[in-house]
Amino acid sequence: MRHIISLLMENEAGALSRVAGLFSARGYNIESLTVAPTEDPTMSRMTIVTSGSDDVIEQINKQLNKLVDVVTVMDLTDGDHIERELMLVKVLATGESREELKRIADIFRGRIIDVSDKTYTIELTGAGSKLDSFLQAIDRGLILETVRTGASGIGRGDRILKL
Amino acid sequence: MELTGAEITIRCLQEEGVEYIFGYPGGAVLFIYDELFKQDKVKHILVRHEQAAVHAADGYARSTDKVGVALVTSGPGVTNAVTGIATAYLDSIPLVVISGQVPTSFIGEDAFQEVDAVGITRPCVKHNFLVKDPKDIASTLKKAFYLAKSGRPGPVLVDIPKDVSNQKAEFSYPATVNIRSYNPQVQGDIGQIKRAAQMLLEAKRPMVYAGGGVILSDASKQLTELVRLLGAPCTNTLMGLGGYPASDKQFVGMLGMHGTYEANFGMQNCDVLLAVGARFDDRVIGNVAHFNSVPRKIIHIDIDPASISKRVKVDVSIVGDVAHVLSDMLAVLNSSKQKPDANAQKNWWKQIDEWRGANSLSYKNSSEIIKPQYVIETLHKITHGDAFVVSDVGQHQMWAAQYYKFNQPRRWINSGGLGTMGFGLPAAMGVQLAHPGATVACVTGEGSIQMNIQELSTCKQYNVPIKIVALNNRYLGMVRQWQEFFHGNRYSHSYMDALPDFVKLAEAYGHVGILVEKPSDVEGALKEAFARKNDLVFLDFRTDSTENVYPMVPGGKGLSEVILAEDL
Ligand SMILES: Cc1cc2nc3c(=O)[nH]c(=O)nc-3n(C[C@H](O)[C@H](O)[C@H](O)COP(=O)(O)OP(=O)(O)OC[C@H]3O[C@@H](n4cnc5c(N)ncnc54)[C@H](O)[C@@H]3O)c2cc1C
Ligand SMILES: Cc1ncc(C[n+]2csc(CCOP(=O)(O)OP(=O)(O)O)c2C)c(N)n1
Ligand SMILES: [Mg+2]
Repeated sequence: MRHIISLLMENEAGALSRVAGLFSARGYNIESLTVAPTEDPTMSRMTIVTSGSDDVIEQINKQLNKLVDVVTVMDLTDGDHIERELMLVKVLATGESREELKRIADIFRGRIIDVSDKTYTIELTGAGSKLDSFLQAIDRGLILETVRTGASGIGRGDRILKL
Repeated sequence: MELTGAEITIRCLQEEGVEYIFGYPGGAVLFIYDELFKQDKVKHILVRHEQAAVHAADGYARSTDKVGVALVTSGPGVTNAVTGIATAYLDSIPLVVISGQVPTSFIGEDAFQEVDAVGITRPCVKHNFLVKDPKDIASTLKKAFYLAKSGRPGPVLVDIPKDVSNQKAEFSYPATVNIRSYNPQVQGDIGQIKRAAQMLLEAKRPMVYAGGGVILSDASKQLTELVRLLGAPCTNTLMGLGGYPASDKQFVGMLGMHGTYEANFGMQNCDVLLAVGARFDDRVIGNVAHFNSVPRKIIHIDIDPASISKRVKVDVSIVGDVAHVLSDMLAVLNSSKQKPDANAQKNWWKQIDEWRGANSLSYKNSSEIIKPQYVIETLHKITHGDAFVVSDVGQHQMWAAQYYKFNQPRRWINSGGLGTMGFGLPAAMGVQLAHPGATVACVTGEGSIQMNIQELSTCKQYNVPIKIVALNNRYLGMVRQWQEFFHGNRYSHSYMDALPDFVKLAEAYGHVGILVEKPSDVEGALKEAFARKNDLVFLDFRTDSTENVYPMVPGGKGLSEVILAEDL
């Protein structure tokens, strides 16, 4: 099953490679991994999207907790949560597809953030599945470039990951 | 007062009460060596290879309850140390390894003798640090010692660039240490402990399986008391030997791949299993599905939550330090009105004694050829079962584990998790330095000893009078055994051709060598060697090269699918 694991870790050089190294050394899947400092500059927050059996996920959580740089770990998928990902897509927008692409972007609540005479760059946020659907909705041949951040997640209501 | 980074480093070691540091110099650590030179509190042992420095620090740590310390230079110094670090990591041994690094301004330039020490050791340390500022050395070393020793112990590497060891900073050694992201749980949950106690009281066929965690926690007293109170059979893993007295009647021997029949059948058939500081290793539970095919309740005590339900699912998990948890469990049991079910236990012991009757460690002695088991039994006799026995890796290791009955913790020193050939001699050196005057035997094979033989020179320099008991079977015996069992007797590259004359070799290093070829000479040679209190004696026993280690549960098989000597 797919799990979204959020963690706070010391903003130390090398902390990221400890997490990445753990996943590769133990053969765990990483679908995506994002990390950036928080409002407390000594700490970074990481979101890891992974998949595995319940046993594997349990081990992943324990092994992450065991890393000395990791302050706290939460499996967001254990409860209500929100997941968002940002995607930028550059598409070939000429002739009639120019109108068509604008319409589809609107439907997905995307924004065109850069325009040239041949291209649009569309910004889209949402759960990963929404971004996937957007890519499926437009003509594959028109996609010049896509870049995705990987998921960030947060618990709903008073589910809070804090020190 | 301002001190250089190198001075600070040595002052920290002094503050930690470090008695010995095992090391090897080189460019990146010259400032640190300079400071070592100027003081005599921390004694430096110059090894002949960095791997040996780490193994020696490791042996020192295993035989005491202290942190072992090693010092190596950058580049090849660190890479040579990696095997030692990984060895300590897999057996959870507390070490602080200090490595030199190229100057900070050179890092990343493929500088002379530069390797990414933090990167290379990351997967085999508990934690590591690169110190970029001399003002951080003291706090980092404080953390390093604390991390190494607390919780589940392990090696910690501190990488110090050369310029950092030469720059000055204010020195004060922190009295306490607080790492917000690291809080190992020492006390066990009392609710879980009560549940476990109740389960044990209701057991019809209880079994205690105790491992290296008991040794690391110095909890053999509590374990022994608990096992006696429960009246249950107790087995030890290879790493746990000595955690429960081997001569006690409730001890059923080691379990696992080369465990006794009674220990493995007890594991398989018990109804409540208490696992104490043991991690259900694949050399212990080879085939998890086979193990799970018999229902039983499992209680697991371990300080590392990640050890629990990793390979085998458990019913009651207790995260905490063995000594603390067992003390609490004893208190619960002692205040309970309920006593273990004596009737059920009588039957259980009847069954166990039947398994014992298989006499799975019996072997046929010979008057023609030296049997390795006989050497170990005689070693036990001559040393009154009271020696520190440090082993290398192979068949000789298993025979030492099986036939030297350990009654005390920290007397059996070996590389279990990584199985590092070459561990024995340097580790024995560390053990002897930690216990001057004690009897230290290094049980080894002609293969293993050659992996760190150069340490004979270190032993000469520092008068380390260990006794090397080489079971020389002219084979990489453990490999040969697997080839005999599983590869159609094709002995591919397991024969050691062109062996050195070990007696002459020992003599060349300034030690005493004794060649023993006849069974009737075994006892006399051992007596002679151990009587030489101040000499390192190399005993070259020419043992039966066809002998195999029994019992054997082949890899991937269940605990009851065992091969006994008589089966073949
Ligand atoms: C050739 C060869 C053959 C082998 N054959 C066998 C065999 O037949 N049988 C066998 O048993 N092994 C055998 N081994 C060794 C095996 O590979 C493992 O090293 C060993 O079984 C692990 O022992 P352990 O479970 O006690 O764990 P250890 O590696 O000693 O781990 C200790 C456990 O205790 C925990 N712990 C540490 N400190 C504390 C504390 N203070 N409080 C609570 N918990 C703590 C740790 O978290 C860990 O889970 C063999 C090795 C070799 C090289
Ligand atoms: C560094 C290293 N290389 C290879 C092995 C694989 N191995 C395990 S036991 C063994 C043979 C050991 O031979 P020896 O020291 O003569 O001991 P014996 O088994 O003959 O008693 C080998 C090669 C190992 N454990 N460690
Ligand atoms: Mg051999």
